[in-house]
Amino acid sequence: MEPFSIEQFYKFLQQDKLMAGKCLKCGKIHLPPRPLCDSCLSQEFEWVNISGKGKLLTYTIINVAPEQFQALTPYAVGIIQLEDGLKIPGMINGLTKEKLKIGIELTLDFGTCSTTQQWPQWPRYCFKPSTI
Amino acid sequence: MGLNGKPLVTIIGAGMSKFGKRDGLLAREIFAEAAKEAFNSCPKLDPKRDIKAMFIGQMGESYEHQGHTGATIADWAGLTGVAATRTESACASSGAALRSGIYAAMSGLADVVLVGGVEKMTHRTTAEVTEYLAMASDYPFEQWNGITFPGLYAMMATAHMNKYGTTEQHMAAVAVKNHYHGSLNPKAHLQKEITLQVAMNSRYIAWPLKLYDCSLITDGASCIILTRPELACKYSDLPVHIVGSGQATDTIGLYQRQSLTSLNATKLAAKTAYEIANVKPEDINIAEVHDCFTFAELMAYEDLDFCPVGESGKLVESGETRLGGRIPVNTSGGLKAKGHPVGATGTAQAYEVYLQLTSQAGKRQVKDAEVGLTHNVGGSGATAAVHIYRRDL
Repeated sequence: MEPFSIEQFYKFLQQDKLMAGKCLKCGKIHLPPRPLCDSCLSQEFEWVNISGKGKLLTYTIINVAPEQFQALTPYAVGIIQLEDGLKIPGMINGLTKEKLKIGIELTLDFGTCSTTQQWPQWPRYCFKPSTI
Repeated sequence: MGLNGKPLVTIIGAGMSKFGKRDGLLAREIFAEAAKEAFNSCPKLDPKRDIKAMFIGQMGESYEHQGHTGATIADWAGLTGVAATRTESACASSGAALRSGIYAAMSGLADVVLVGGVEKMTHRTTAEVTEYLAMASDYPFEQWNGITFPGLYAMMATAHMNKYGTTEQHMAAVAVKNHYHGSLNPKAHLQKEITLQVAMNSRYIAWPLKLYDCSLITDGASCIILTRPELACKYSDLPVHIVGSGQATDTIGLYQRQSLTSLNATKLAAKTAYEIANVKPEDINIAEVHDCFTFAELMAYEDLDFCPVGESGKLVESGETRLGGRIPVNTSGGLKAKGHPVGATGTAQAYEVYLQLTSQAGKRQVKDAEVGLTHNVGGSGATAAVHIYRRDL
């Protein structure tokens, strides 16, 4: 089985799959997956598929960024609550400042890996407004 | 804890460099300035003979392309030979150094210990500093998504505003207060008062945090010298006891925390420190808290139990945390006005409390202060160190 690692999480993401590690002993779901359950210290997990739909818990709009992100400023980032209480941070695209509100529904957009650097070669995901 | 307020260790000397833009100096050279003041403050100490261990907080080796900080700093402080180690816990690096020094002195392995911290930052561009600081946050999810340090605290502020009605004006009130305090501190980076309007009209760095909500990019160093309480009178006529110490961690990613409106590491560290010291929040006369952002000071009021949850905005507006108030907070000017050379901040807070409790704080002296507290946070709150101090009576 694939290792329960962040690297593997991003490999799945590149295949348009949002995957988490579920502890076989205590049932806690880890996003990102981790090799040691922080609840019961077990090392036994299974992969579970997570829906990319969630609610915005909090957000900000970044105006001053490190060099590699400067061309994107101002950009919105937030923390999104998915199912099972799982949370993940990410950029939020496609919304003006006026439309950003705690509680709005967002959907994960699986990104692509366009990096030329040796490490890490992780895809860039983001969140977009949910369309019903 | 069984220690019941007994001194853990005693401060016998303290020093701090001028904080600011120190062009043309390396970190080690700025530290020498702080070390010399600490040596001078304790004339009965022979530093080369008596100091047996050093713990030096420094956040990043990227600033000067210089690692191996423990030995480097010992060398330039004239103490080559002493056991010297760098402690790194992001912005709580020297709070952790202090805690490590307490372990060392209490263990009996070292009778006299120098703990301190340093950072040289201003020769780098804002983009570089932003990147180096962000290294203290989670890389694969937070840094990877362009989330900066102001961004992390901004997200906590957004959540707090939404939940408790805290406002940008409350945050600006912290800036006004700390710049007033900084105007009374000759070693502060900025020594000018500001108006609420100036703070409110400054540009956004990460909404809702504006330029005047952010601490300063600063060069500086600080240190204190510790010994076991029973040895203190041999070295110093101006001892200050450390009676409480707590250090704790939280998840590295902000996104994995239970609460986005409080720092659990602060709460855990404070609980331990208050218990060991046998002190209640209402017993604290002065506090230096980690105002890396104005909002962080508001959150600290709540996490340290200076006010009920959700009422920190009211507390700062009441003036109770200003000089002359019930519990003056950040009389040094705080990270906001004194400056935030990250690795130096924890022991710079201890330096201010040492000055206050030995009546050496000049124009910003708090009359009859007996019990002080320092609160040093690493990153977005994955580390916190809280210490409690008592004047020698």
